[in-house]
Amino acid sequence: MSGASALPGGPGTVGAAMPVLRERGQRAVFCGLTSIVWLHRKVQDAFFLVVGSRTCAHLLQSAAGVMIFAEPRFATAIIEERDLAGLADANEELDRVVERLVARRPEIRLLFLVGSCPSEVIKLDLARAAARLSQRLSPAVRVLHYSGSGIETTFTQGEDACLAALVPEMPATTDRSLLVIGALAEVVEDQMRRLLTALGIGPLHFLPPRRAQDLAAVGPNTRFLLAQPFLGDAVRALEARGARRIPAPFPLGAEGTTLWLRAAAEAWGIGPARFREVTAMAERRAREGLLRIRDRLAGQRVFFFPDSQLEVPLARFLSRELGMVPLEVGTPYLHREHLAEELALLPAGTPLSEGQHLERQLDRCRAARPDLTVCGLGLANPLEAEGLATKWSIELVFTPIQGYEQAADLASLFARPLVRRDRLAV
Amino acid sequence: MRLAVWTYEGPPHIGAMRVATAMQGVHYVLHAPQGDTYADLLFTMIERRGERPPVTYTTFEARDLGGDTAALLRAALHEACERHQPQVLLVGASCTAELIQDDPGGLARRMGLPVPVIPLELPAYQRRENWGAAETFYQLVRACAGPPGPRPPRPAGAPPRCNLLGPTALGFRHRDDLLEVRALLAGLGIAVNVVAPLGATPADLARLPEADFNVVLYPEVAEPAARWLERSFGQPALRVVPIGVGATQDFLAEAARLAGLPPPAPAAAASRLPWYSRSVDSTYLTGKRVFLFGDATHAIAAARVATEELGFEVVGLGSYSREFAREVRAAAAQYGVEPLVTDDYLEVEARIAELQPELILGTQMERHIAKRLGIPCTVISAPVHVQDFPARHSPQMGHEGANVLFDSWVHPLMMGLEEHLLAMFREDTEFNDAAPPSHLGHAAAAPPPPDLAAWGAEAERELQKVPFFVRGKARRNTERFARERGIVTITVETLYDAKAHFAR
Ligand code: SF4
Repeated sequence: MSGASALPGGPGTVGAAMPVLRERGQRAVFCGLTSIVWLHRKVQDAFFLVVGSRTCAHLLQSAAGVMIFAEPRFATAIIEERDLAGLADANEELDRVVERLVARRPEIRLLFLVGSCPSEVIKLDLARAAARLSQRLSPAVRVLHYSGSGIETTFTQGEDACLAALVPEMPATTDRSLLVIGALAEVVEDQMRRLLTALGIGPLHFLPPRRAQDLAAVGPNTRFLLAQPFLGDAVRALEARGARRIPAPFPLGAEGTTLWLRAAAEAWGIGPARFREVTAMAERRAREGLLRIRDRLAGQRVFFFPDSQLEVPLARFLSRELGMVPLEVGTPYLHREHLAEELALLPAGTPLSEGQHLERQLDRCRAARPDLTVCGLGLANPLEAEGLATKWSIELVFTPIQGYEQAADLASLFARPLVRRDRLAV
Repeated sequence: MRLAVWTYEGPPHIGAMRVATAMQGVHYVLHAPQGDTYADLLFTMIERRGERPPVTYTTFEARDLGGDTAALLRAALHEACERHQPQVLLVGASCTAELIQDDPGGLARRMGLPVPVIPLELPAYQRRENWGAAETFYQLVRACAGPPGPRPPRPAGAPPRCNLLGPTALGFRHRDDLLEVRALLAGLGIAVNVVAPLGATPADLARLPEADFNVVLYPEVAEPAARWLERSFGQPALRVVPIGVGATQDFLAEAARLAGLPPPAPAAAASRLPWYSRSVDSTYLTGKRVFLFGDATHAIAAARVATEELGFEVVGLGSYSREFAREVRAAAAQYGVEPLVTDDYLEVEARIAELQPELILGTQMERHIAKRLGIPCTVISAPVHVQDFPARHSPQMGHEGANVLFDSWVHPLMMGLEEHLLAMFREDTEFNDAAPPSHLGHAAAAPPPPDLAAWGAEAERELQKVPFFVRGKARRNTERFARERGIVTITVETLYDAKAHFAR
């Protein structure tokens, strides 16, 4: 699989001799199942059935707790003692659960069987189960599978595995087209679509699509842009279909968005004049929005605990556009190739860390006493109680933050904990 | 295999965490993959604890599985002892580690660690959270309370003493209940010897046998430990849970009996519930059809309060506490309803839809169901949500607890007179079926001012993508922005210009 289990054995530095601290020890990052919390809202006719334990169900429920306004399009098939007795039995049980589910939710067109640690360890063959169920439920429901297990994936890598599972389903084509990959909020997607279309780039498709049956076609003349930095497996799968990646930084902040759009424009042979014409106004608006927030953030020292793999692009945005000083940029996995453009933009000598040894990292954080610490939900309140201002990182994947119109929103997410401290007199 | 949309209880190691986190000087080494660290947020976010739970996760990965997960475990055990210096170490496995069979408890024992090790066997594919909490508490008590034997005699002149057993971290109103129960006992002249697990150290557990009796405040957690203490030290258990006016009286009478004190005189007007319930405005509460669901203790206690103290009619009673199925069935028989013992959320939903109660007293899960079905609902039991840890004192037990029950159960219902007006003037636009009770606030539907700019179709579509809870504000701001600039048609550009303008 990806990421954690396949670390490229490169040296301890990247780019311009940037030091990378590689650590092993206790981690405090959620597993890939967590990405179901946003994916199930994104693909509207898909359903995610985790095949796992009560722990998996509890994780989803706890992570989703604040997000759910309607009945979610996810559930867990909880493995019980009697399923562990014999595997043939477990397969029958799974079929029964799926049938109950499909009867209850007839609008489902695409069902993901999502593997977990327990299903991996007992070697429950979800590929075979998906093929069997697909055949049985055809043509109403297509059944695919991927793993979101915590022994193989962290947090956002669940989305990577899900998208990689979709790639073989994409029809083949030899037409030229642009594909944007990585789940984006609809409002962001529409803004990107407007800008790219105005530039004359197209046909344009997004992966994941809003509806499963709108899956784009792919082939040797497909070029693609990454909207998210954690998509190693999906990229490999697309490249295996002949598609080629357009290297670019990520569309965070005014600068990031411009560089991202420009990479596409250049691949389409669009001149700088036309590019300025289309993007100048929105970029100016974004920069003006950032100016107001820059006052509060400039010079503030920020420390990232590893979480979403968005840490490097975020550190680039915060340092270059808001004048913040990254003390440590921790990431669960540093994808050197996909982050090459980002790393080149980071201030020289920015300390990076990959993997985690939680207690040692907490020691470093306490010693550095950053002005703002970006961390997961488990650490935020304890660090606040120690007097450190925090930004919980999970909000960064649940909130529209990409593109020009969201640049100021993104900056505000980091300013708010500080502004709040300025205000409070208790 | 069981299809679960929501679950009422987490896996059993979450129960163990609730006990470990409640106590002082206890650390828990959990053999588990990284994703299981989500459990920390239950304590730091939902309960707003300012400390991480005292748990070290080994966080093994797939690449460790072929190799040596046991080595990882040994390293984690050493590090946990060194860094956290616990007085007692709990060692166990989560669901995944149970499958790889490293035997963490046995391994820890053989390592000769500088601290007593309590291995926890919590079968993750059979048992659930409350069972795990009860088993962990029982193991801790057994390990710390010393060998069974006669109780030490009470020092001459000392007041009778009891232990309060069951409150944990992440417990539904445990913090506030404790204060009330302490006050009830103080009123009788009974001293509290040890409260456990909440706030107790292993040394406190060693003092448990000194008490005259045990109060089983939360049977889901405390029952096995209380039974063992009864057997080992001849300590009787007080099993009345003081939720509601009647149960509080019974609790006081039983406490006095076990302490060898004369029966207490019924306290006049200790709670406002009796008079509030008799006052005329409450007549509209008569016979309200109520559905109850929760852990067994809270659901059964609520049934008594609902019938005897508020005059409701119980139309359904259920619990997810499989371990207390017998008690739930007995209570259901008493109220003449079909018991529902299940942890299948879909089954509970179906039962509620079928019964169409006028009020649901349930958990956060039933709150979801109630919202969908448009039925008033109050939460009376775990599983907990951040709202279940209010800043104010809000107990369920004792006299003040009874006041809280009255307020919180009656609040979601229509006020008495309002209900009659609603029936009389059905045609009134403010009184249509969709109108919420006035005290819960109105969705204002004022006509738009005449000089409004018109929304272009694309801008209107764009606006629909704004999350619903801020959409109204986005609409108003954009319109104001357009009006101030004399813009006639709102475009997508106007929308974002306005957004940029109002952003701070
Ligand atoms: S880490 Fe594994 S067992 Fe734990 S919730 Fe994630 S998939 Fe389930």
